[in-house]
This record gives sequence, structure tokens and C-alpha cells, in this order.
Amino acid sequence: MTNTLKNFTRKIREINQRYSKPHIEMSPGVKIALLSLRVYLLFLVSLMVYKFITLLS
Amino acid sequence: MNFFSKLYYLLRKWIKAVQLYFVLAGPGLVVMIADNDAGGITTYAATGAKYGYNLIWFLLILIPVAYYVQEMTVRLGAVTKRGHAEAIFDGFGAFWGWFSLIDLIFLDWLTLVTEFVGMTSALGIFGIPGWLTVLGVVALMGMIVINGRYWTWEKIAMLFCALNLIYIPGAFMVHPAVSDILKNGLIPNLPGGLNGELFFILMANIGTTIAPWMLFFQQSSVVDKGLREKDIPWGKFDTLLGSILTVVVAIFIVIVTGTVLKGVNIDDAAQAAEQLMHTNHWVGTFMAIGLFDAGLLGAICISLASSWAFGEIFGWAHSLNQKIKEARWFYASYFFTLITAGLVVLIPGAPLVLITLFVQVIAVTLLPAALVFLILLLNDKKHMGEYCNTLWDNMVGGFIVLSIVILSSLYGISVLFPDLFR
Repeated sequence: MTNTLKNFTRKIREINQRYSKPHIEMSPGVKIALLSLRVYLLFLVSLMVYKFITLLS
Repeated sequence: MNFFSKLYYLLRKWIKAVQLYFVLAGPGLVVMIADNDAGGITTYAATGAKYGYNLIWFLLILIPVAYYVQEMTVRLGAVTKRGHAEAIFDGFGAFWGWFSLIDLIFLDWLTLVTEFVGMTSALGIFGIPGWLTVLGVVALMGMIVINGRYWTWEKIAMLFCALNLIYIPGAFMVHPAVSDILKNGLIPNLPGGLNGELFFILMANIGTTIAPWMLFFQQSSVVDKGLREKDIPWGKFDTLLGSILTVVVAIFIVIVTGTVLKGVNIDDAAQAAEQLMHTNHWVGTFMAIGLFDAGLLGAICISLASSWAFGEIFGWAHSLNQKIKEARWFYASYFFTLITAGLVVLIPGAPLVLITLFVQVIAVTLLPAALVFLILLLNDKKHMGEYCNTLWDNMVGGFIVLSIVILSSLYGISVLFPDLFR
């Protein structure tokens, strides 16, 4: 079990290393798109958290 | 004589083209028809029951929407020979890669639960207990994949796609007034004006037409099938045919419920099937069989989309052309997803309604990201070369993606806050 977990962690590290740098050309358009996506997701997550809190209260 | 030899040559050319299409057909047809999954059937049944034939025109608009989005995955898969998950990891790095993969796995699993809900409630109409349905489905899906050939899996999936057409004879059996369909259905109109309820239905229809798993599934499917650059035109044709068929099936469902159940409040497709049985036993039966088939097709594709994505990233063997011994983790994740999702449905008092709503909300977090990544990857000249998006592709695709992002976000928000648009 410990071995499997260790192997899994090693695999995740390996994947992170393999894909540490984006290979797509980071033009201004791509950067803007990715930034907008982050803002959008942050907005959605905030909405979900708000909903969760209002449900609890 | 010259005329006959020309005619013979032309005929041979056509027969060869059809034969070639049958070899290359599959990913586009399967993904598009599987798009009419259990949730989709419920949405279309509710659309017909609520608004009659009045929204058929809107469904027709969804043909190019579905086609333009899905054909991009054909090009991306055929050129890069990589699935969508791997393409995102490679293109945008580990952060966006993990975000997409975890979101996809979670969403696929939840959607799979809703497919099982659809299948158990459909067969429940015929008195078949839920446990037997789950057991049967897992066994059937196991048999489909363990033969170790993509080709066999695909052709079996296409048989189930053909069963999805069962709604067409069902619609003829309820004798709808063709003049009413043409008059009310084909002229764009918003019955009762654009109010919250109508907006919710329109968004639900868009949400069922483009789902995140479809992008991942079709691209991986194109790679597993081994389509190459020269096959792209056939892949596109396959996708176009699939998008037409999926909307045709949706329209026939709308015609059935719009003719028989107009004004009835429909919560799920199984309820619609039961109500239809009171009026016409066979139409109700067709509806129930179609619902089971839709759930099964959805389950077949969704569980594979997850396993392919996992395999691509973790570097496991991940092809249906490999036997269980050669791709143990691929098949293990496939069966794990399938069995756990099936078991959830059997838990007494499981929050199935909440899960169904949750699917829509989670989809909203993944769909815009997956679509934006798709457009950006298709503009990557280094990898895509001559198959890169043209200005026209970007204008059409960009407009569609932007519209879907806005509408699906509003849909997700309306699920979270139901009173907002009412």
C-alpha cells in the first residue's frame, strides 16, 4: 500500500516535471485568454462558496 | 458506350467512397448521438411538453453549433495524435492540465451516475429492478470493451446509436399535424416572450448539445481509431452527419411530447414515458427503450473519455486495441468508474436530484476552459501546420464558443440561484 502510494506520488511529480512549461506560444492573446479564464473560474468558485454558505445558514 | 462507361466509373467511385466512409465513420456519429444521453432526452421531452413544436427552429440552430465545436477535435486529434487531456497538459502546462483532468474525471463520474438513473428508471417501467439493470449494464459494457479491438467496440456502439432512432417511428405513431410543425416549429419565435422559464429551457438545450466530455471523447477516439490528416474530410463529414442526426432525434422527441403531452409538466423522461403509455402503449414503450439506450450510449462514451484521459497523462497503455493484460490500468479505471457510479444509484436515499443539479454546475466550470483551450490549440501553427484555424474558423468558432460560455454560465448560475431569472 505504501509502495503504491509512493509510486503514485513519484508519477505525479514526473508528470508535473514533464509538463512544467507550456509548449504553446504565449502570445498576448493567449495570455489574455488564460487570465480571463482564471478570473472567470474565480468568480464561479466564489458563487459556489456563497451558495454553500447561504445553504448552511 | 462512352456514356455507360462513364456512368459505371462514377458508380464505382461512389461505392468506393461509401465503403471508405464506413471504414472511417464512427467517432463523430457515436459522440453526437451519445450526446442525446439520459439528461438530454429529459430536456427535449420537457421542451416539447412545455412549448409544443415552437422551439424546433432553435434545435436546428444547434446543428452548426455542435458541428463547428466537434470538428475542431477531429483536426486536433488527427494532426497531433494526442487526446484532449494530453494536448492541454502539453500546451498550457501542469496547472491547467490538472484542473481539466480532475474536473473532467469528477464531472464524468457524476454524469455517469445520471446515466444510471436514466437507465434504471427506464427499465423500472417494465418492472426490472435497479440492481439487475446496473448488473446487466456493467456486464454488457464489460463484454463490449474486453474483446480488445477498437473497431468492434465502435461498431457495437453504432448499433446502439441506430436504436436511438426509435423516437422517429414513435413520432409518426402519434400522428402530429405536419402543418402545425411547419407553421409553429420552423419560424423562429419565442413562445410567451423571453421570460425566465423559456431562457432556462433554451440554456438547458444548449447545455445538453455541447458537453465537456464530448471534446475529450472525440479527440481520444480519433487518436485510438488512428485517423490521419488525409482522413480529416471524412472525419468532418462523420461529425456533420452525427450533428444532423442528434438534432433530428431531438426534434422527433419534441414532436412526440409536443403532440401528446403539451401542457404537462415533465420532470424526467421516464415520467414522460409512463404518461405516454396511458395514451399510446407503444409510443411510451419506445420512449422508455430510447431512454435506456440513451443512458447506455452516454455511459459507454463517458466512462471511456475518463479512462482515455487518465491513460494519456499517466502514460499507461490506453487503447481499446489492447487486451486487459496489456492495458490493466486503463480497463481498471474504466470498470472502477462504471461500477462505483452504478452502485450510487442503488444506495437508498442517495441525493440523485442534487447530483443531477451538480453535474450542470460542474460542467460550467469545465466547458468554457475546454472550449477556450480548443480554440487556442487550433491556432497553434507550430503543431497544427496547414490544419490551423483560418480567420473564418476563428470567427465562427470564436462566436460559438463565446455564446456557449455566456449561456452555459448563465445556466449554471440559474441552477445555483433558481429565482434569479424567474
